Amino acid sequence: MKLVVAIIKPFKLDEVRQALTAIGVHGMTVTEVKGYGRQKGHTEIYRGAEYVVNFLPKLRIEIAVATELADKAVEVITASARTGQIGDGKIFVTPIDHALRIRTGETDSDAL
Amino acid sequence: MGVLPRHAASAAATFSIAALFASAVTPALAETPGINAADTAWMIAATALVLMMTIPGLALFYAGMVRKKNVLATMAQSLAAVALISILWVAFGYSLAFVGDGPWLGTLDRWFLAGMKMDDVNPVAKTIPEALFMLYQMTFAIITVALVAGAVADRMRFSAYLLFAVGWFMFVYVPLAHWVWGGGFLATMGVLDFAGGLVVHLSAGIGGLVASKVMGKRHGYGTENLAPFNLSLAVIGTGMLWVGWFGFNGGSALTASPRAVMAITATHLAACAGALTWAAVEWSTRRKPSVLGMISGAIAGLGTITPASGFVEPWHGIVIGMAAGLLCFWACTSLKQRLGYDDSLDVFGVHGIGGITGTLLAGVFATAAIGGTSGLLEDNPRQLLIQFYGVAVTLLWSGGMTFVLLKLVGAFVPLRVSLQHEMEGLDISQHGEALQ
Repeated sequence: MKLVVAIIKPFKLDEVRQALTAIGVHGMTVTEVKGYGRQKGHTEIYRGAEYVVNFLPKLRIEIAVATELADKAVEVITASARTGQIGDGKIFVTPIDHALRIRTGETDSDAL
Repeated sequence: MGVLPRHAASAAATFSIAALFASAVTPALAETPGINAADTAWMIAATALVLMMTIPGLALFYAGMVRKKNVLATMAQSLAAVALISILWVAFGYSLAFVGDGPWLGTLDRWFLAGMKMDDVNPVAKTIPEALFMLYQMTFAIITVALVAGAVADRMRFSAYLLFAVGWFMFVYVPLAHWVWGGGFLATMGVLDFAGGLVVHLSAGIGGLVASKVMGKRHGYGTENLAPFNLSLAVIGTGMLWVGWFGFNGGSALTASPRAVMAITATHLAACAGALTWAAVEWSTRRKPSVLGMISGAIAGLGTITPASGFVEPWHGIVIGMAAGLLCFWACTSLKQRLGYDDSLDVFGVHGIGGITGTLLAGVFATAAIGGTSGLLEDNPRQLLIQFYGVAVTLLWSGGMTFVLLKLVGAFVPLRVSLQHEMEGLDISQHGEALQ
């Protein structure tokens, strides 16, 4: 089992969700985060005060998938989240030791 | 645009004849002679409008511009102003400001409204019940006190604010209201202040400036991100203030009359001109017209026209609004940075500078046909000098007393919250609450 974590631009969420559903991933957790990489921030001006905002809003999507599906998931996320502009995001894949569905008690593959 | 003297005179004549005729043929209404139902109805509405300017108008305007951790505390200052000042006004404020016409202060004849009967009138407003005049003026006292707090937003201890509010009301607002509106020495001198350029805006503005200097800058000013929590709240607040100002300036005519309408028209145009001017300056100097700029310009225009609104032609409102947009923009950006004070919500930049500008421009544009007094443009330069005098007295009195009061309050209770509490936020440290 693999945990696929993707940091994407917020407006890409629906496209990514649809693409993942199409390959059989039917659950995900989404968090609103702030971050930066190579994309520079922007400057906000309020009356006399200027603020350089380095952290930009992003979304963090986490999905737990069977190992066999991980590469496909990374592929479809990449395709649906890409705009070609700096700041598209990153994807990380880490192994999952154990998984459990709380309602039924199913474990590992049955929990995904 | 503008009211020609001839039209006004003939309209008044026609109306008077019609009124006489009507009263001759209709049976006597159960109405006290003197008190006019139309004036009373308008002034009740105006009172409600001005109260709305503080809650929730000013509360939203201010709270939207501070950081999330201080939003509730900022609103608390407006709420507290309403609750506290209302009672103090009834207790002694109204009496000392508007009962009796000594040059310095009124009398305590009406403390807790003693002796006020249902059909009494105040000589200043003979066609509405005295209780209504008292209530209307109360809403002005409330908003002035609430305005001052904006300069020291994000750092004033709530207990210190309450004590300061009581003292500032007693020693700055009440005397000033008496001097300008209650028959005191500025009124007898002929100072023109239709709805509060001196009594409300300049007094609050200079008070705010002094307070921001005495209390010092916010932690992180100049280095940390102090961006507004939610400007949409500030926009909503601006809308309420703008509409409420129809009652603030229009109601200062104290009658449902063409004068009120002239005041409202000038007021509205000043707001529009102010907003457009500020936006234009930002657009040309910073490439983008900000929403904060538009609302700041509108409020600047509204504050600036306030003293002049019942004395000038409506189109003068456009000129005055433009002046407000330019000068207040300069004050909130260049002046503030150059002099290095942290007036968090630009109380001095908008209301202080606006109050000075509007009071002086009243002396320039005053039109006899509108308000009975001529200004510089109608060959009466003396009025402008009188206006300067009013500005000087207000600056010195409000500035000086604010300093004294802060030092006095500060001797008993620290004016600022602790650094730890300032970093945590006033909501949680002063009120035990937080926006989720």
